[in-house]
Amino acid sequence: MTSSEKLSIEKSVPGRRGIWFAKASRPAADWLPHHVLRRVPPRLPEMAESEVVRHYTRLSQLNYCLDTHFYPLGSCTMKHNPRANEEVAALEGFAAAHPCAPETAVQGTLEVLFRLERLLCELTGLAAFTLQPAAGAHGEFTGILVAAAFHRARGDRKRKEILVADSSHGTNPASAALGGFAVRTVASRADGRLDLDALRMALGPQTAMVMLTVPNTLGLFERQIREIAEATHAVGALLYMDGANFNALMGLAKPADFGVDILHLNLHKSFSTPHGGGGPGSGPVGVQARLAKFLPVPRVVEKNGRFKLQTRCPGSIGRMRSFAGNVGVILKAYAYLRGHDALRLRSVAENAILNANYVRARLKDLYPAAVDEPCLHECVLRTEPEKMNGLKTLDVAKRLLDHGFHAPTIYFPLIVHEALMIEPTETETRETLEAFVSALRAIHAEALSDPEKVKTAPHDLPVRRLDELAAARNPNVAWG
Amino acid sequence: MYSSHTATDREEMLRAIGVASLDDLLAQIPGDLRAAHFEWPPALSEPELMAHAHALAARNQPLACFAGAGAQDHFVPAAVKALIRRGEFLTAYTPYQAEASQGTLQAIYEFQSSICALYGMDAANASLYDGATALAEAVSAAARITGRNKILLPESLHPEWREVLKTYFGAKGEPVLETISCPTGRLDVSAMEARLDETVAAVVVATPNFFGLLEDAPVLAERAHGRGALVVAVADPVSLGVLEAPGHWGADFAVGEGQGLGNPLNYGGPYLGLLACRKAHMRHIPGRICGLTTDADGRRGFVLTLQAREQHIRRERAASNICSNEALCALAATIHLALLGPAGLKEMAELCLDKAHRLAEQAAAVPGFRLCFDGPFFNEFVLECPVPAERVRRALLKRGLLAGVPLGRYVTTRKHSLLVCVTEQRTEEECERFVAALGDFAP
Repeated sequence: MTSSEKLSIEKSVPGRRGIWFAKASRPAADWLPHHVLRRVPPRLPEMAESEVVRHYTRLSQLNYCLDTHFYPLGSCTMKHNPRANEEVAALEGFAAAHPCAPETAVQGTLEVLFRLERLLCELTGLAAFTLQPAAGAHGEFTGILVAAAFHRARGDRKRKEILVADSSHGTNPASAALGGFAVRTVASRADGRLDLDALRMALGPQTAMVMLTVPNTLGLFERQIREIAEATHAVGALLYMDGANFNALMGLAKPADFGVDILHLNLHKSFSTPHGGGGPGSGPVGVQARLAKFLPVPRVVEKNGRFKLQTRCPGSIGRMRSFAGNVGVILKAYAYLRGHDALRLRSVAENAILNANYVRARLKDLYPAAVDEPCLHECVLRTEPEKMNGLKTLDVAKRLLDHGFHAPTIYFPLIVHEALMIEPTETETRETLEAFVSALRAIHAEALSDPEKVKTAPHDLPVRRLDELAAARNPNVAWG
Repeated sequence: MYSSHTATDREEMLRAIGVASLDDLLAQIPGDLRAAHFEWPPALSEPELMAHAHALAARNQPLACFAGAGAQDHFVPAAVKALIRRGEFLTAYTPYQAEASQGTLQAIYEFQSSICALYGMDAANASLYDGATALAEAVSAAARITGRNKILLPESLHPEWREVLKTYFGAKGEPVLETISCPTGRLDVSAMEARLDETVAAVVVATPNFFGLLEDAPVLAERAHGRGALVVAVADPVSLGVLEAPGHWGADFAVGEGQGLGNPLNYGGPYLGLLACRKAHMRHIPGRICGLTTDADGRRGFVLTLQAREQHIRRERAASNICSNEALCALAATIHLALLGPAGLKEMAELCLDKAHRLAEQAAAVPGFRLCFDGPFFNEFVLECPVPAERVRRALLKRGLLAGVPLGRYVTTRKHSLLVCVTEQRTEEECERFVAALGDFAP
């Protein structure tokens, strides 16, 4: 098995080629003035195709991935990526469509965009969706601009503040700031839910929006969501739902019924599209009817069975990126949803919830739950260094890699000390969960019998613990 | 559908949890908030799903593509397609556990290095959503670095990219965006100088620009620097096989749409936002950055680095809210560039350039047609038609050709202008068919 691989540039031999093209009839110098031409060629690797294939195949083998390992990253929903979806997105008719092609030539793609919007509306109870945002954070920013436009359209220019929970994803406050809002953090209670009294104190005529993750990052439902919505609406503010954890609600509940005004979903999470090592994602945004006109352009519309892209929409916040969205990802999510009926959708959420609770129940004697009650799609447990020879969550996470599991999300949410945030998803079998539980229990025993082994983990991976401080102090980010 | 529990599994698991039924686990969701009904189509089995997808894909018309405008029909090598479909790349998450993600991390390092080499820069991030959003992030960084508040955008920049910047900064009101008109299709040096003052943080110089034309970039950069402004270059990475790199003509930041490197058109996404800069600005750029380091045994390894800039640490004080990159698209570009090498990239770029110039000559020779602008161009040009460009496009559509992008949709005064793009993929036969079809409009 590969344990390291040279850089491509280190394998480069002048004169080697992996692909060639027919010769141009005339060289560039015949068409262009000399001064615009490149003087020094770029320092790119020179390799034969065989070497390129072997190099990147070997690199791939240095990865843990969902296809080879259980990957219980909390808030990331690493569920199986069905291969039919990949095949759908790769169909030449879809893949070859140019974004500026006239609508008549791309009816198939437009129909998928339109239908997916409708499905997401049904799933969430919201009136309208845009598929344009390229990721969850991009969706948040879109939602924040929609809220800003909504208040501005009412002539209300005093609303300069957005409230976020202290358990929120870091993108919430960062997106709010990007939209020009001041950010105020609202505390959670000991049971992991937003403190409604603290929220009421913070709400006022300056509040533009409240951003809430449902279920929250502890995997818990905000039981008082309706009271939160009422209090928010009572001061004229909007309620935003970060839908990163939508897997818990799929086919079970519609956020519009909670009083949510704006929400984003992550197609690369609950809707099974692959993460690809960090992207591409897709972060559709849904809104209540009164906010629909503020959604970004272009909008997909249908008339007599024909689909069109509307670019002139009065009130719209404008364009969030070039073209219509991450269509390649959207196609996969559409294929995923069409493989389900209402009952199957519901079983997605149910099994996700069942699996998270199973892991919680089987581990909480050694790794106590941050909040001791049933969770939804994920559970947040804690490492107790005082009972594990001083070992911390980071050590447990690294040792898990040796045991053949990807680590959970660690040290998040920030309000939980030594957090291990575990999201098994519905696509894992009971045997896999049991093996994971056994590994974490074994690590707990190792912590007592051989703490050094845990502290210096991983031992069986391509590299041992990496010096992150040195990397940041003296950044080397390119071969130069 | 993709869940694997049997009824027995469920029962035994519920027992292990210590609850009687699943409803006990759902109790925290108030009963009246659980939706009773979803209006949903019947589930499709995999064969039914594939049949449905084929039928939909068949409603898209196959066309020989002469459209560009920020998305180009370049060839995607088979090796690129095969490698990026590997589950080890496709189904991995962001490399947060570096020791278990060295493959993805090293690929990002190779990506950053290749982009730096192409653009003549020192540092690059792991990619952004697309070219337009990469530009938004770059000008935002320029404003932070200079402490100035105005960005000059030429009209020769993609109009949709200008719209994106307007959306990004409109609500906040800063930085302020000012557009410089470009009646000749290019950014005029004196027109830019007239707008340069002590409040200008950056000038954006796109070359090749939206109309395909090459700007007088070194002179623009020199004058902008003279007034203390930074220069943000926008350049198509494929063009850099033959054109001088932005870092070599004086740009401080370089951004580009990287779709053309190994990624299909996909009706607009996912694409690949490229962002590179000089070393001095490295700590100001947003997004993931991979860095080289060593492990506990002194072996080389890779980690995500400079994370103190990012939202998960700095929250509302972060440089940006970005929390992903277009990793798989970046991987495709990295593999494509490794296959090409410097000579292959030059060959590909020369082929685009050559084919575009030959078609431009032939099209402009058709009576009634002419090139809209003078000046050197790469592989896109604006064809001035004797009739509205929309009509030309419609006619060529009937012959299986996507003739280009009519500019009337962006500028009302350019209804007769057609932006045409030629890549290495266009055959001689397709180009002949294109020219022959124009003949129908000759007066």
